[in-house]
Amino acid sequence: MSYIKSNFRHPQAKVNELGLTKKDYEGSLSTLCAGCGHDSITAAIVQAFFEMNIEPHKVVKTSGIGCSSKTPTYYLSKAHGFNTVHGRMPSVTTGANMANRNMQYIGVSGDGDTASIGMGQFAHVVRRNLNMIYIVMNNGCYGLTKGQDSATADIGSAGKKGVPNQFSAIDLCQLSLQLGAGYVARSFSGDKNQLVPLIQGAIEHKGFAFIDVISPCVTFNNTPTSTKGYEYVRDHLDATGTIDFVPHRQELKILHPEGTSKEVTLHDGSKLLLKKNSHDYDLSSKREAMNVIETVAEEKKILTGLIYLNEDDHDTHVRINSVDESLNALPQDQVCPGSIVMDDLNESFR
Amino acid sequence: MKETNIKDVNYFHKVVDCQYACPAHTPVPEYIRMIHAGRYDDAYMINWESNVFPGVLGRTCDRPCEPACRRGRVESEPVAICRLKRVAADNKNNIKDRLPAIPKEKNGKKIALIGGGPASLTVARDLMPLGYTVELYDDQYKAGGFMRSQIPSFRLPETVLDEEVNYILDMGVTTHLKEKVTSLKSIMDKDYDAIFIGTGAPRARDLPKLEGRQEADTNVHLGIDWLANVAFDHTESIGKKVLVLGGGNTAMDCCRTARRIGGKDVKIVVRSPKADMKASSWEIEDAEHEGIPMLENHTPKAFVCENGKLVGMLFELVKAEYAENGRRTLVPTGEPDVLLECDDVLMALGQMNAFPWIERDLGIEFNDWDMPEVDKSTFQTSIKKLFVGGDAAWGPENVITAVAHGHQAAISIHKYCNSQDTSDRPAPGTTLISQKMGFHDWLYNAPVSDDLRFVVDHVDTDLALSDRKIEVEKGFTIEQALRETQRCLNCDVQTVFEKDLCIECDACEDICPTDCITFIDNAEEDLLRKNLKMPATNLDQDLMVSAELKTKRVMVKDENVCLHCGLCAERCPTGAWDMRKFLLNEAKAGKV
Repeated sequence: MSYIKSNFRHPQAKVNELGLTKKDYEGSLSTLCAGCGHDSITAAIVQAFFEMNIEPHKVVKTSGIGCSSKTPTYYLSKAHGFNTVHGRMPSVTTGANMANRNMQYIGVSGDGDTASIGMGQFAHVVRRNLNMIYIVMNNGCYGLTKGQDSATADIGSAGKKGVPNQFSAIDLCQLSLQLGAGYVARSFSGDKNQLVPLIQGAIEHKGFAFIDVISPCVTFNNTPTSTKGYEYVRDHLDATGTIDFVPHRQELKILHPEGTSKEVTLHDGSKLLLKKNSHDYDLSSKREAMNVIETVAEEKKILTGLIYLNEDDHDTHVRINSVDESLNALPQDQVCPGSIVMDDLNESFR
Repeated sequence: MKETNIKDVNYFHKVVDCQYACPAHTPVPEYIRMIHAGRYDDAYMINWESNVFPGVLGRTCDRPCEPACRRGRVESEPVAICRLKRVAADNKNNIKDRLPAIPKEKNGKKIALIGGGPASLTVARDLMPLGYTVELYDDQYKAGGFMRSQIPSFRLPETVLDEEVNYILDMGVTTHLKEKVTSLKSIMDKDYDAIFIGTGAPRARDLPKLEGRQEADTNVHLGIDWLANVAFDHTESIGKKVLVLGGGNTAMDCCRTARRIGGKDVKIVVRSPKADMKASSWEIEDAEHEGIPMLENHTPKAFVCENGKLVGMLFELVKAEYAENGRRTLVPTGEPDVLLECDDVLMALGQMNAFPWIERDLGIEFNDWDMPEVDKSTFQTSIKKLFVGGDAAWGPENVITAVAHGHQAAISIHKYCNSQDTSDRPAPGTTLISQKMGFHDWLYNAPVSDDLRFVVDHVDTDLALSDRKIEVEKGFTIEQALRETQRCLNCDVQTVFEKDLCIECDACEDICPTDCITFIDNAEEDLLRKNLKMPATNLDQDLMVSAELKTKRVMVKDENVCLHCGLCAERCPTGAWDMRKFLLNEAKAGKV
């Protein structure tokens, strides 16, 4: 009456540059509903970190409350983690990031955790451009409390209960753009070819990287009348362009015919290759990005892919001029310089 | 690729690697689960129906199933299938009431079986319940053939063999024992409706032209004849220093037997490198465990005699050189020849067929190798009422192959006696049944054990060497057996995919521990194999391809290292995946 994931893996399973296999990036077996989109996102996170050769113990994974926020248990079991209070993942992550800026921060949240109870915290962590990846597993409903409409449910969309939603939907990508995120993307749990490179780009991005991932709730919101079910989303996807992530050590192997693709270089020299499509616009222009989101939304379609990228904005640490070292690596006399320094400081304000 | 036709019984049969590799197609996972459930009688009977000699085979089978076992590809060692079979045989209760009823009223057809080995006995087993009168001829005083004469008692106790031979003879087979058939014509002249030849491959290879062979004759023995003489108590001792020539299983049996009846310094000497020896690895290990050295790259040059008595053998040292096409040649190294002292030499250099007792003017076609021409599927010769099976048909194989031949020959004989076309072969019986019981609940133990293969304990070597009738292997304890059964991956519980139910949530692809499943754009097989999540490099293993899905992709599953753990079905929200048990039972004589 139980089910257990075997310890056996494919005998020819790949090993990354650290000598680790994908199994080293996995966590416990998911207890979410069978077919949950969140499990696909989990798999994408595992693959992205595995391929980026990131040591799991150099990662901090945080979450709030909800189905989405259970997922850190299912990936990177060797990473540091914190399941916070509902909607309070941004402030806990901010605190951790302030204490140690030399870790990779990945926060996952849901549409309820972000767009309802955590909206205030979300807005401010974006504003501060905290160096983290923020993934919203967006299923348009409160799955953990039996599928009530969430704040991201589209007007008219009806889940299992069958009652169409009457309230405007919050578009978290637009919100992040407006609040100053430097990396804004949307994807679909059922499209790992797009999602994995987006996560990898987010890992390399210095600053706040936001990915809104539409992730169908098979139990409560996968109805033909829902705009967040597998079938509806697949039928209405409209990508900004296919993306390939090219780590900085690797040579460009994927060649698109000249003029059909665009290269975006990230901070560390990694590149994002974007194959152009009908939405050929300047990715670094907030105005154009806003415009495309709105245009596509008017067509009743869902814009996915990398929507906006600004590599020039400074993250929180730069803005507040904090020390490079993590606090745990600083000698005691620097963490706590003593009362004389304090007195001098107070004196300077008189 | 085209959509896989899972209705073709061969597709799922091939997934059950062990059963597919078994010549008799014994449903291995099915009986392993029975053993785990403590249902030893049921496990035994599944075997008995299929391979007739579970107790014998559980000790001596060549185990073609084990190299095929999927577990061997997932970790290092296959499931100890053979030794689990023995557990069923050793722990069963009295199963006599489960044996088929023999009709009191005979059907009026009379069959002669020449040779009392596994092939003939299997024919008898299949035909007796159908009302045939069966008469069996053998030159020894007990039936069993090579199972009795070639397999030493320390590997196969006589009681085990007797029991399983007697299940068949007690069906009412008329035996003509100690009656060597010296003329096929004499049998054909009798009123048999059909005759089956199962006389094995009884002639040992010799080195007739090697220098000193004649002079040394008293102390040079042909391996299989010598083993038979020991088995039937005609030979009770051997010299202290013994050389065994040959690297096959007979050589292993010869050297180990010699160690038990007087041989103190027993050596195996082979022409080739040790790695090329034909013996099963476990038999080599067992021989080495009994202190028998194996000298490789020694080519026999001469028997050395003094005063008309064998005192040693001279060997030329060689090394193996391999041509580009892999062909091996043994080239002399030029080192001085080696003299190995010995009192006796046992030659285990291979076996051949011999049919001096078949008159060539009976109208039986013989081929270029002086073997009767036998049809590969009907086992019929050019004389329609004459059938051949076991080693007698195409040369030395093994017990399980002889059993498989016996089943097929029995089908042919039954058809022939009912004036039916023998070339029309009956299809196997198959079922495919869902194993779903409820939430997280299957009819089989889906979790995969991490245990490594358990090793069967042996009796103390000194004790074993003191008496050739003491069985060396103790067999698994119940505890070991239960854990070993859990290493079985239940490959007969098939992953069945219903394309129309799939919503392409990728949950199965994400959860699969061994990355067997990929949702991908369809392509030709070569390309598809390369592009899967894990490239499918084992070309012996099929890909299961679905029809096109809504997104125009297809589901492709590489069968190679599927653990049959059921997680794809567990994580499927719509029941598009189901775990269904595929049971295949080979057809047997009966339904006409």
